[in-house]
Amino acid sequence: MPDSSAAAEPVIAIAGLGLTFFTEDGPVEALSKIDLAVRPGEFISLIGPSGCGKTTLLRIIADLEQPSEGSIQVNGLSPSANRLARGYGYVFQAPALFPWRSVAGNVALPLEIMGLGRAERDQRVQKYLDLVSLSDFRRKFPWQLSGGMQQRVSIARALSFEPQLLLMDEPFGALDEITRDRLNVELLRLWEKTQKTVIFVTHSIPEAVLLSSRIVVMSARPGRIVDIIESTLPRRNRSLDSRDMPEAHALAHRVRLGLKAGHSYQE
Amino acid sequence: MRNRIFPLATIVLVLILAWYGLALILNHDQAVRLAGDAQPSWWDLVKMSWSLDRPLLPVPHQIAAELWRSVFTIAPWAKRSLLFHAGVTAGSTLVGFCLGILLGIVLAAGIVHVRTLDRALMPWIITSQTVPILAIAPMIVVVLGNLGLTGLLPKAVISMYLGFFPVAIGMVKGLRSPDPLQLDLMRSYSAGRWTVFWKLRLRASIPFLFASLKVAIAISLVGAIVGELPTGASAGLGARLLSGSYYGQTVQIWAALFMAAFLGLFLLLLIAAIERLYFSRAGGRA
Repeated sequence: MPDSSAAAEPVIAIAGLGLTFFTEDGPVEALSKIDLAVRPGEFISLIGPSGCGKTTLLRIIADLEQPSEGSIQVNGLSPSANRLARGYGYVFQAPALFPWRSVAGNVALPLEIMGLGRAERDQRVQKYLDLVSLSDFRRKFPWQLSGGMQQRVSIARALSFEPQLLLMDEPFGALDEITRDRLNVELLRLWEKTQKTVIFVTHSIPEAVLLSSRIVVMSARPGRIVDIIESTLPRRNRSLDSRDMPEAHALAHRVRLGLKAGHSYQE
Repeated sequence: MRNRIFPLATIVLVLILAWYGLALILNHDQAVRLAGDAQPSWWDLVKMSWSLDRPLLPVPHQIAAELWRSVFTIAPWAKRSLLFHAGVTAGSTLVGFCLGILLGIVLAAGIVHVRTLDRALMPWIITSQTVPILAIAPMIVVVLGNLGLTGLLPKAVISMYLGFFPVAIGMVKGLRSPDPLQLDLMRSYSAGRWTVFWKLRLRASIPFLFASLKVAIAISLVGAIVGELPTGASAGLGARLLSGSYYGQTVQIWAALFMAAFLGLFLLLLIAAIERLYFSRAGGRA
């Protein structure tokens, strides 16, 4: 784990990364020549059409997938060493809660696996359920919760062991727009409060514009980066209304241009 | 409730009527022989067919009377009590059932975790159930007897031989039931195999386990009864069936058969109750 003096070091350093799947129909280049450096405390969105490899990139960072070429370091370690050091929290597309565990039990799961004591576990569960405003539901079971609440439980679970890096794979993709808006605002507050580094995969341009400090635009076949856009929105005190600022419109326009450029490439 | 009882009662009534009719046909010759030269009326013949000492097919009220006599009029620890025999069979059933659960889970865990075991064990597990249990039960008894193991254990082993199968099959399916996201989640925590097994796979397989247990308990009972036939056992429902057929005591055979059915039903309800208790604690949903 890098200490605060190494804060200038990138949290993630990716150079010349590529991944080719060998399928029955021949090789498929899922990712090609990816270069990306993520600084501590950044909120990076990966946006692009289906099949552009954004989820695959996230999974490589998480050591759930192995690259076939290039280099990658996470927290100054190889992805697998970083995983063994429990250096990231992962939020999946679906909540992936254990149905036989209560809300509190689900949040406590990583803490149990990592061997924290009972008192410490209870205190962490309380703290992070408070953070996602679900303390009153601690005894409920997943099926008794709405989809949005389930996803908030899974976010509390990813935060509970206090990783400095949060990897989120379209966490709000399956939710209705109203719920998604509310969770976006909650996530912004959380990011401001905890100063974590977040890598966030999304399909949605407004979501990427609202949340990100940098937006990485990707295109498919082969999956590659077509543009990296530094956000011009103020970092603090963003709200849903920030999406109506002229800077937000400009950002969204540039994302759209990037997606279009990537799209025309394949036709 | 009412429209659930009515169809059931109708079926039971039809079955009982058919039973009395069938008994009339099957027992007719014996009744005629018994009557000899005394020219009985047809109604007397009917009554005789339904109350023979050793009928080809005893009628329900004869079986009910025998059940009543051998269950309620005799102390349950006496050897003539049907409850005593049911208790003996229940004992070896439960021991065999528990051994079967253990063996089934161990085999399934091995199959799920070791790829070669999947290929090596699965065909043998399936083959084991194609061998008629009646053929190998005496061999198991003889082999174990030579090793000095007699009494409950050989019967329990035969019971286990049948009971492990549905558990193994169900648990292979159940241990593989966690979805890829849940497995990825555990991997992101760098959880070891044992932790994944204990905290995810085993818990996810419980609904499959209970489905398997309901099949396993029934065939474990069959195994225990079959196990009592070649042992020359003097106690147990199997022994009761055997002695009944030696002496042509058909009423006793049928009473023992009904007792076995009641025992099976009781054990099944017991498992269903445990299942309900478990799921009411683990979220109220399977």
